Amino acid sequence: MRLEAHDLAFGYPEHPVGRNVSLSVQPGEVLCLLGPNGCGKTTLFKTLLGLLPAQGGHVELGGDALATLPRREIARRIAYVPQAQSGVFPYTALDLVLMGRTAHRGMFAGPKREDRSIARHALVDLGIGGLAERDVTRLSGGQRQLVIVARAIAQAAPLIVMDEPTASLDFGNQVVVLTEIKRLAELGAGIVLSTHDPDHAFAVAHRVALMRDGAIVASGVPSEVLTADRLKAVYGVQVTIERLTTGQTVCVPCMARR
Amino acid sequence: MGGRKPAGNSGAAMSEDDSGFTVAPWIMPTLVVAVVLAALIGLTAGAYPVTADGMMRALGKLLTGAAPQTPEERVLLSIRGPRVSAGLIVGAALAGAGVVYQGLFRNPLVSPDVLGVSAGAGLGAVVGIFLSLPVLAIQAFAFAGGLATVALVYAIAAAVQGRDPTLVLVLGGVVVGSLAGAAISLLKILADPYDQLPAITFWLLGSIASTRASDVWSALPAVVIGLVPLVLLRWRINVLSLGDEEARSLGVEAGRVRAVVIMAATLITASVVAISGVIGWVGLVIPHIARMLVGPNFERLLPAAMLMGAAYLVLVDTLARSLGRIEVPIGILTAVVGAPFFLWLLWRGRHGWS
Repeated sequence: MRLEAHDLAFGYPEHPVGRNVSLSVQPGEVLCLLGPNGCGKTTLFKTLLGLLPAQGGHVELGGDALATLPRREIARRIAYVPQAQSGVFPYTALDLVLMGRTAHRGMFAGPKREDRSIARHALVDLGIGGLAERDVTRLSGGQRQLVIVARAIAQAAPLIVMDEPTASLDFGNQVVVLTEIKRLAELGAGIVLSTHDPDHAFAVAHRVALMRDGAIVASGVPSEVLTADRLKAVYGVQVTIERLTTGQTVCVPCMARR
Repeated sequence: MGGRKPAGNSGAAMSEDDSGFTVAPWIMPTLVVAVVLAALIGLTAGAYPVTADGMMRALGKLLTGAAPQTPEERVLLSIRGPRVSAGLIVGAALAGAGVVYQGLFRNPLVSPDVLGVSAGAGLGAVVGIFLSLPVLAIQAFAFAGGLATVALVYAIAAAVQGRDPTLVLVLGGVVVGSLAGAAISLLKILADPYDQLPAITFWLLGSIASTRASDVWSALPAVVIGLVPLVLLRWRINVLSLGDEEARSLGVEAGRVRAVVIMAATLITASVVAISGVIGWVGLVIPHIARMLVGPNFERLLPAAMLMGAAYLVLVDTLARSLGRIEVPIGILTAVVGAPFFLWLLWRGRHGWS
């Protein structure tokens, strides 16, 4: 299933955030959005998910206009991993993941046995099967983030939007999530994620879009888009981009010497 | 990319076939037993002694519809029976509505009257008393007042665009509730101080002392009707408690489900407030205790809170009529019990939620 945005303007009627954004994601493709804080990544994501109405242009999910689809159908097509936030109620991790199954069940139904098995597998896939019965409000921010990623997996949508999925994770769990993103894409999911770390884009993205002030300033394959000059223009810091002997590409900031 | 690092304590070691619940299986049966015991205590406590034998005979009379003959039967069927049933229904309804509102508004300080149900119902009843209307009309006024207030709050929230709908609803409830409070104060000043004012005060304090069987039967259908959507939508109410945006991204029509759930909880609250007056704290404190026992999952939380609310109110009401020579209005007792408990919850910290 394809996600397409045509000439999208997003934000609020009295407070536009971005405009002229066009992008598309194919099955099996990972699109990574990079851009400084406040450039409109989260607002763009909410518009792609139909949580905010588009202020111009339109979004298509699998060829259907987003605005014409009921919420349940949208949730079956596209899953959302919001930025880490602490929950209010002490649900167990398993219950929270089970909520990802809501769109697959009827209006008046709760989760079935099959849903529990799917939810548990999603937790195990991320290596957090042991957290299933734990109270999510007592988990660390990183663990909770993994649980939310597991919920998106349980939602079993062909498209996934992840808003800074690695932001609150420790080094090891960042690798866990990036690996999972790669695996999901190999299974055919189309994934859009935002990150602040160019290394993550080099690691998992097929394509990168560089955002600034609500507009996409460059997009394409990571090695072409993420140049030292562009990153300096967008983030205002000098960086060095190196290709390692392992074939991976890394981006290292150059600290000013005093 | 390296291998996977387990973030949990025990990695992938777990069983596949369990139901996923860690709540002890004895909790629900225990709550049912507690309700039965509370009802028995409510039926037996009091100046007139009641025997088990008498209770069985009274039950027989109730089932066959025969008129009570002995004083014992009259005490059970006309005085204590309706009062205990009212306590059960009012307690269950307020606690159930409290669970719903707290989940919906994601706020521990929320109680069934957050949208002004109690204030509106209070105003309706006070108008009825002020006009010297019969009891049934006073109840109808209270019911209509409660529903009308919530409808007004909802209309205000719908008119205010571009802000967090939940916040607007709560603030709208505060504003409309305090307006209704001002109107009540005005009517109290205008009311006849020897006749109407005591009736108004007693009603606003809340009491099920003079509840008759007909009152119970008038409230019951509305409570049951209100419960139906809550039971049917139980899983969606869980999802809604994550907040609007997450709920919508998970496929829930948040606005529509919230409207239905608020209507249902309001119907339940208004119908019991109409027969009992304003009994505070039950809908605030009982949901907390229930959540401690069975967790936040609405599928278990709703029945648990309703059972606990029923048992609690019957016990407090029994206490209210046994404490002194005169009857203490139950609203005062629930506040005396509830307020310190709530402070303890705050004291204990840790979100104050579980």
